[in-house]
Amino acid sequence: MNIGKYVELFVDWLSEVGRPVFNQITIFIENTVDILQEGLLSIPFYIIILLFAILAFYVKNKSFRQYKISKKNWKNLFGLSFFCILGLSLIYLMGFWTQMIDTFVLVLVSTLIVLIIGIPLGIWCAHNKRIYIIVRPLLDFMQTMPAFVYLIPAILFFSVGNVPGVLATVIFSLPPAVRMTTLGIKEVPKEIVEASVAFGCTPRQTLFKVQLPLATPTILAGVNQVIMLALSMVVIASMVGAGGLGESVYAGIQQADVALGFEAGLCIVILAIILDRMTQALGDKKEEL
Amino acid sequence: MGNKIEVKNLHLIFGSSKKQAIKMLKSGATKEQIHNKTKCTVAVNNANLTINEGEIFVIMGLSGSGKSSLLRCFNMLNIPTRGSIEIDGKDITQMNKKELLEFRRKKVGMVFQHFGLLPHRTIVENVAFGLEIQETTTEDRLRKAREVIDLVGLKGYEDSYPHQLSGGMQQRVGIARAIATDSDILLMDEAFSALDPLIRVQMQDDLIELQQSLKKTIIFITHDLDEAVKLGSRIAIMNDGVIVQQGEPEEILLHPANDYVREFVGNVDMSKVVTASSIMRVFREKLVLGKDGPAYAARKMSQNNFRFMATVNNSGVFQGYIVERDVRRLLEKNEKDLSKIVMDIPQVNSGTPLSDLLPLYIQQKYPLVVVNEKGIPLGYVDHTDVVSLVTGYNNGEVKEIIENASN
Ligand SMILES: Nc1ncnc2c1ncn2[C@@H]1O[C@H](COP(=O)(O)OP(=O)(O)OP(=O)(O)O)[C@@H](O)[C@H]1O
Ligand SMILES: [Mg+2]
Repeated sequence: MNIGKYVELFVDWLSEVGRPVFNQITIFIENTVDILQEGLLSIPFYIIILLFAILAFYVKNKSFRQYKISKKNWKNLFGLSFFCILGLSLIYLMGFWTQMIDTFVLVLVSTLIVLIIGIPLGIWCAHNKRIYIIVRPLLDFMQTMPAFVYLIPAILFFSVGNVPGVLATVIFSLPPAVRMTTLGIKEVPKEIVEASVAFGCTPRQTLFKVQLPLATPTILAGVNQVIMLALSMVVIASMVGAGGLGESVYAGIQQADVALGFEAGLCIVILAIILDRMTQALGDKKEEL
Repeated sequence: MGNKIEVKNLHLIFGSSKKQAIKMLKSGATKEQIHNKTKCTVAVNNANLTINEGEIFVIMGLSGSGKSSLLRCFNMLNIPTRGSIEIDGKDITQMNKKELLEFRRKKVGMVFQHFGLLPHRTIVENVAFGLEIQETTTEDRLRKAREVIDLVGLKGYEDSYPHQLSGGMQQRVGIARAIATDSDILLMDEAFSALDPLIRVQMQDDLIELQQSLKKTIIFITHDLDEAVKLGSRIAIMNDGVIVQQGEPEEILLHPANDYVREFVGNVDMSKVVTASSIMRVFREKLVLGKDGPAYAARKMSQNNFRFMATVNNSGVFQGYIVERDVRRLLEKNEKDLSKIVMDIPQVNSGTPLSDLLPLYIQQKYPLVVVNEKGIPLGYVDHTDVVSLVTGYNNGEVKEIIENASN
């Protein structure tokens, strides 16, 4: 049986028929990425580092108003901010600042697209068993298919550059966004949902006033996973021409340049740790209250 | 006190082949047969109820008997398969979506076993929830919420979060939330079952008090007969989806409709429920002081085999008993005035519970007398009846025990 052949035919057909749509998508994503990259690069690096440090402090402490510094908790309060300052400075000093910003923007844009698609889809799955039954194997498929495979149609549809990189990343990191949203909503105690219905909530009110707020920690855990998966795609995406740190690592591989590969890899690790801790802290927020 | 809720021929069936299940039900199949054949569960089977305005109506029954299923029909969380529920003359099963939302928002509040509070909201925000979804102004609903929080005794906790409160306090929040919308019906599904016994009793007292001041119509589910008897002005008992008996607590305790109910009420503390009027025997004859003499009294007594008789004055007010021995002595001395031998007897009124009668028997050889508010004697409560009610023995058995003991 020649399944691959049919898939190829289908992909060819789709790229023909969908050309205008794909072009629009390409332009839109390309512009967004460019504007963000240029915007962030036009800000002096130390201000960005400072902003990261402040943001880290903020997510660790919920608000600026109600913190108390003591011997015990200062590490908790300032640890991540310190790490941001040290890590990002190191990236700057190693000369990877531009690449880091590029990668950051690519991850940011892919994550946003994932959330825009994934959260509504997750909500839908939580409310509709049939949709869930259809979507679940698709998600499994998307997650287990080697990520490289997505690169081929991505190039066909969107040629080379950041856009196919972003879209391959989107497909690869979509599953946890859908799953965790569905899980989070299904986990909301039945009695609480029932209470909201009993008091006359419309389904919409139940969703926004009860289900989503209570599912937020789980959804945020999903966001964390999405970001980590997106970061793990950085190098792979560079094979279709996406820029940033991945490109440097890829260059390191091709030129057997250990120093370049290691430095760029280290930058990815630093960025990953920062984004991971920040999104985790966001998720913890509610529970500590 | 009008009829608030009128439930007619209510059926609730879970499962997909409801039609077939109804058909089988009509032809007399049991719940089990229907389940085996159609995979449908008959949760409520032909319920008929009338619930009065301002009463606490209690639903009882074993686990799985369909109490929650029935209760949840009253705000259409469960949609009845057949039958009607008229509330204030309007059939809620026929309402469209919009009417139903309005009905849930304005007319009926619900209190849940595990409270069902929103953990991410403060107490005052939780209480204001029902008003919030009606899109009232923030100011209005917070004012109302604070008012109600005060009413349930939680002043000072407005800005706490639910998990910072004890179970009892959380349930007060649940109650506050339900009454904040000014709805006149409250549905409470085992609302106090998750609380420890002392708190539970306190909550019951508070609920009764609250109900007396707010005059809500409350439908309350419980497993606990003592709770049912304490709260309920009427009780319905369910078994396998059927309401097997409904009525005032006393009626159910004294005249259980079948063995299921009898077993159910077997362990209740009768003395708190049964009142003097329900176990008293009426006086067939009374003596009027100043009119009837000892000879007349003696004749009546021997005719009827009375040990004692009640006496009243000319306006019918109870004066006391006279006993046979004294009457005979009076006759021997040839005296005419019965009032000399009248003995004082403790008087109780018809609503006095058995538990308040029992202490009076310690010094009492003769039955207590039940009088109305004017002092007119209605009847007497005999020792034997009291004993048989408390012990569960019938009068014959009581006599036998006495005889055996004196040998
Ligand atoms: N959503 C549902 N779907 C299917 N069957 C249900 C559903 N809810 C209840 N049932 C069934 O209906 C019957 C009555 O259940 P219900 O919960 O009303 O009992 P209950 O008297 O409230 O019991 P408990 O005292 O345990 O709360 C049970 O056999 C139960 O399995
Ligand atoms: Mg129940």
